[in-house]
Amino acid sequence: MKYLAAFGAFWYDFIVGDSIVLAIGGVSVLVLGYVASRVMAEALPQLLLPAAVLTTLVVSLPGLIRWRGRS
Amino acid sequence: MMSDILLMSGSFLASAVEMVEAITIILAVGITRGWRSALIGTVTALITLGIIVALLGPSLINYVPLDVLRIVVGVLLLIFGLQWLRKAILRASGLKELHDEERIFKAEISELQGAVATQTAIDWTGFVVSFKGVLLEGLEVAFIVLTFGANSGRFDLSIAGALAAAVIITGVAIVVRQPLSRVPENAIKFGVGTMLMAFGTFWGGEGVGVDWELRDMTIVVLMLLYGGAGAFLIAMLRSRTAEPATRVEVSAS
Repeated sequence: MKYLAAFGAFWYDFIVGDSIVLAIGGVSVLVLGYVASRVMAEALPQLLLPAAVLTTLVVSLPGLIRWRGRS
Repeated sequence: MMSDILLMSGSFLASAVEMVEAITIILAVGITRGWRSALIGTVTALITLGIIVALLGPSLINYVPLDVLRIVVGVLLLIFGLQWLRKAILRASGLKELHDEERIFKAEISELQGAVATQTAIDWTGFVVSFKGVLLEGLEVAFIVLTFGANSGRFDLSIAGALAAAVIITGVAIVVRQPLSRVPENAIKFGVGTMLMAFGTFWGGEGVGVDWELRDMTIVVLMLLYGGAGAFLIAMLRSRTAEPATRVEVSAS
């Protein structure tokens, strides 16, 4: 059991690291891409995907979000 | 051709960053516990990594459908790239402590000096520390080599990039015999982060059905976009940290 927990903790640390926002964002980007490529015009998903990636990055930066919230 | 160059340089740079960290541990073990156990630990970890790549590489290509592979690899590369770029942005803007090989080396030395010496042919403390260090740092490299190779079908290029980094960094470490603190690790991490994100977006997008009009050139465009955005975010965060009253504390890890 101890080894199983250590194994799980290793993979959690390996994939999630110190920001769960990035793990959730990374998965959400491709879910969004899947939906967009089926319901939107051909060019739009190409723009939407990088925009979603950058949004994830911005949201994961604590200093930036607090700065925006303050002003 | 362009994606081949990017693939090889991505594998090279990612390996170089991890190698610098692994070499710091090996040097600390070698100096305090003896080179024999440090080198045996390192070689055992490298053989383990080689087995992982050799076993998983062909299985990924032969048994996993290409679109599934692209989605899984795309999402993992995206997450990895975002982690690397985020860390590089926080460090460059002063919100997170820079990775200091010199300091890590000294901490490792004092910890190893405190451990009780064993009377066996191999010093097990030294062996375990160097094995664990090389294996953990190397797993990230193995993952990048595997995913780059499996998705592009060019294992030769991704392995060549990693091997070139291993030879160069090891060569430099043997010559200088001290932690490679002058390697611009954060800048490389920033570059590799944008690369991993670009490959992740491109392959993941292809996997879920996005048709990239620019084909392989999309990777370059995405790298420039992510790199530019990263530089902009560093500038914004730096102006934020210049205000002492509103300084944000982010723990170093």
